[in-house]
Amino acid sequence: MKYVIEMLNITKEFPGIKANDNVTLQVVDGEIHALLGENGAGKSTLMSVLFGLYQPEEGKILIKGKEVDVKNPNVANEHGIGMVHQHFKLVHNFTVTENIILGLEPKKSFGRIDIETAAKKVAEISDKYGLSVDPYAKIEDITVGMQQRVEILKMLYRNAEILIFDEPTAVLTPQEIKELMRIMKELVKEGKSIILITHKLKEIKEVADRCSVLRRGKYIGTVDVESVSEEEMAEMMVGREVSFEVEKIPATPTDVVLKIENLNVLDSRKLPAVKNLNLEVKAGEVLCVAGIDGNGQSELIQAITGLKKIESGKILFEGKSIEHESIRNRTLLGIGHIPEDRHKHGLVLDFSVEQNFVLQNYFQEPYSVKGIIQPEAIRSYSEKLIEMFDVRSGQGSITEARSMSGGNQQKAIIAREIDRSPKLLIAAQPTRGLDVGAIEYIHERLISERDAGKAILLMSLEMEEVLNVSDRIAVIYEGEIVGILNASETDENEIGLMMSGAKRGKV
Amino acid sequence: MRKIYNYILDEKNHHFIIPAISIILGFLVGSIIMIFSGLNPLDMFSSIIRGVLGINLSKIGTGKAIFNARYLGEYFVFAMPIILTGLSVAFAFRTGLFNIGAEGQMIVGSFASVAVAILVPLPTVLLLPLVILAGALAGAIWGFVPGILKAKYNVHEVVVTIMMNYIALFMTNYYLKKLPGSTNSKTVAIVKGATLKSDFLSDITNHSRLNWGFILVIIAVFSFWYIIEKTTFGYELKAVGYNPDAAKYAGIKVNSRAALSMVIAGAYAGLGGTVLAIGTFGYGRVLPHAEGYGFTGIAVALVGGNTALGSLLGGLLFGSLNAAQPIMQSSGIPKDIAVIISSMIILFIAMQNGIKMLLKRLKGGK
Ligand SMILES: Nc1ncnc2c1ncn2[C@@H]1O[C@H](COP(=O)(O)OP(=O)(O)OP(=O)(O)O)[C@@H](O)[C@H]1O
Ligand SMILES: [Mg+2]
Repeated sequence: MKYVIEMLNITKEFPGIKANDNVTLQVVDGEIHALLGENGAGKSTLMSVLFGLYQPEEGKILIKGKEVDVKNPNVANEHGIGMVHQHFKLVHNFTVTENIILGLEPKKSFGRIDIETAAKKVAEISDKYGLSVDPYAKIEDITVGMQQRVEILKMLYRNAEILIFDEPTAVLTPQEIKELMRIMKELVKEGKSIILITHKLKEIKEVADRCSVLRRGKYIGTVDVESVSEEEMAEMMVGREVSFEVEKIPATPTDVVLKIENLNVLDSRKLPAVKNLNLEVKAGEVLCVAGIDGNGQSELIQAITGLKKIESGKILFEGKSIEHESIRNRTLLGIGHIPEDRHKHGLVLDFSVEQNFVLQNYFQEPYSVKGIIQPEAIRSYSEKLIEMFDVRSGQGSITEARSMSGGNQQKAIIAREIDRSPKLLIAAQPTRGLDVGAIEYIHERLISERDAGKAILLMSLEMEEVLNVSDRIAVIYEGEIVGILNASETDENEIGLMMSGAKRGKV
Repeated sequence: MRKIYNYILDEKNHHFIIPAISIILGFLVGSIIMIFSGLNPLDMFSSIIRGVLGINLSKIGTGKAIFNARYLGEYFVFAMPIILTGLSVAFAFRTGLFNIGAEGQMIVGSFASVAVAILVPLPTVLLLPLVILAGALAGAIWGFVPGILKAKYNVHEVVVTIMMNYIALFMTNYYLKKLPGSTNSKTVAIVKGATLKSDFLSDITNHSRLNWGFILVIIAVFSFWYIIEKTTFGYELKAVGYNPDAAKYAGIKVNSRAALSMVIAGAYAGLGGTVLAIGTFGYGRVLPHAEGYGFTGIAVALVGGNTALGSLLGGLLFGSLNAAQPIMQSSGIPKDIAVIISSMIILFIAMQNGIKMLLKRLKGGK
């Protein structure tokens, strides 16, 4: 077998942890090679080593059989390696073409940039792989899925032969995911090789040829995807059996906890995002707001939590109208919030893990007494959450949140919000970026909160999560609830039709 | 040796390794410039040693007195106000605000102290605390204006503080001259009991202007550290500074916290003015132009990484360069060299990402 990439016996240490411990990864020319592992297993670290962002303590890298010292990303680029990071690195008020040529602008006379030639080349590549990207569109005007394709184009424009994708589907809608899968297949057909990091086993099954598994920094093995089932892969990665079904008894909803009446909210461009919306969430049930991204669900949640001002309407929490209450008061009344954007709202990245754990209650006893922070109380609370939610990091409580793996950052937020056991828990994309084992645990916790009589308002783009976890599903389309379904009586098809506006149901 | 090497390359220690490297590089560049201008860099270093420690190296072996405590005293006199303006800039920066206004806050602090000392008829035991309080309060008010404008109307604090600097300068000059007994350049001397002057301190430092102001400086440094590291309020300020969106999510009133941090920042600078007026001088001075304490404060905060201890050390560093200037000049070195060195240090700190990258490469390269 001919390997394009061989990473041999790589060891990379961070304070308190061996993120990669003698890991070997061999990628065959022209394959899609999946990299699977729990949150914090060291996948992103390994790829950063390959891309020249980190220098390993031990091990060597062979590209097309030749040993290469990948000192920095430029060296990686020269050897045909490209990477799409989980958080895109695009300049927002630049056009697609301007972003793509950044750093290697083609010049005309007098040093002027030759945009036209560049745009033509971008359009050519885009056509070749069916990316359908408009070279002149501004980044801020295009969807996340499109932005990702711009990142792909950027790699192709630089003649990358080996493409690394770090959790590319975490931010995409199901439609966009399908499209990305098609593009990846197209790319390998043209002779490219791909390394794909994802937590979604279904995606691995669909596109990958082989799959390497890491667990706690160690290399576990490589399998042919054809010959293993999803369950086997999950077991390999977690080290135990994982159940994909969420076990739960039927809900026994009681009082209405949250009632929304004729709510109107504008989006950031001052256009109506939520229109005359009515909705009820009861204690003891999981209600899911399902919809295609951008149909007003984010604005709805931000209005309930107080992050966004409303135009008109009422938000009643246990019968009390709260639409003009401060965020702090809403929290104190008993609303918890797992935010959609973990880096923007969910965490103070420069704070330690323990400081982040008390973000919602740092001012209350025992964490503060008479205006003075109580480090011991915070520490012991933090140790408890870390243990309970299996939040993994190099140095435990004192780890800077920034240095945690993406999935563990998410787990820290979930731990903070679920453990407070609020009367109403608003969970926006709670399991984004989590491994299957963690998802299983979080779903169990959500259900046990429900069974303890709390109201859960779930927002998810993941169809499986929508169907598995919720009791009722409110489909949102263009800022309106177009139907409310019982999860046990519906299926992906019906929801899909409603989400696209093709069908309306009972509300 | 190996240990030291590893220590320098460890990312954990970068927050003070980088200022240290910047300072060394700054002096290195200054020395090179001196060599090219036909000057001896060693003269500069001996000037600094004399300015800071009061030890005159060139007199060693001549039988004359080597040590003159006066220099030591004057060194602290130079350092005290810029430690305070440094604290001011650093404190505002912890909530993400850029306080260019320490200069103006200091000027009004000076003025308020002087005005209260001259105008309020109280026994000096009661007057002195009032005089100190007036300085801090005036600075606080001067910080409150940009703070509230930022909070309520989102007016950029840099613009407002710059304007406030001018207003402070011209307004206080006008009123200083109106105080009873003022000449065109200064007010009457303040009764000794209402100043920070100390015969004792002056005597032990060979008649320098060293005064009790240093106690205020120590209290200020300690309070900064205590507020930021120990209090619930400090936790909020840091959250706002690091990530205002997350702070908002957590229910922290981001705007009011920002405004309050400007108030406290202003108080530190105002206190700097108090120390200058009733400690160093003992009378109010009509200033032809701003003296630059506020701007030095920005450099101090920058070198000190916006921490309490860092500002203290940064103030002592820039104070030493200031204290050395007159001595340098008297030994034939243009004092601009000291300015060049300060600027180079700031420049290198501003380039800290580059230095970090170099350190990283050294580490990776093994
Ligand atoms: N820059 C860093 N500094 C310190 N520790 C780090 C750093 N980057 C990663 N780590 C640690 O190394 C471990 C592996 O992290 P990595 O990001 O590679 O995990 P991952 O497999 O990509 O996980 P996820 O699925 O959650 O993204 C984690 O425990 C993390 O805390
Ligand atoms: Mg990762």
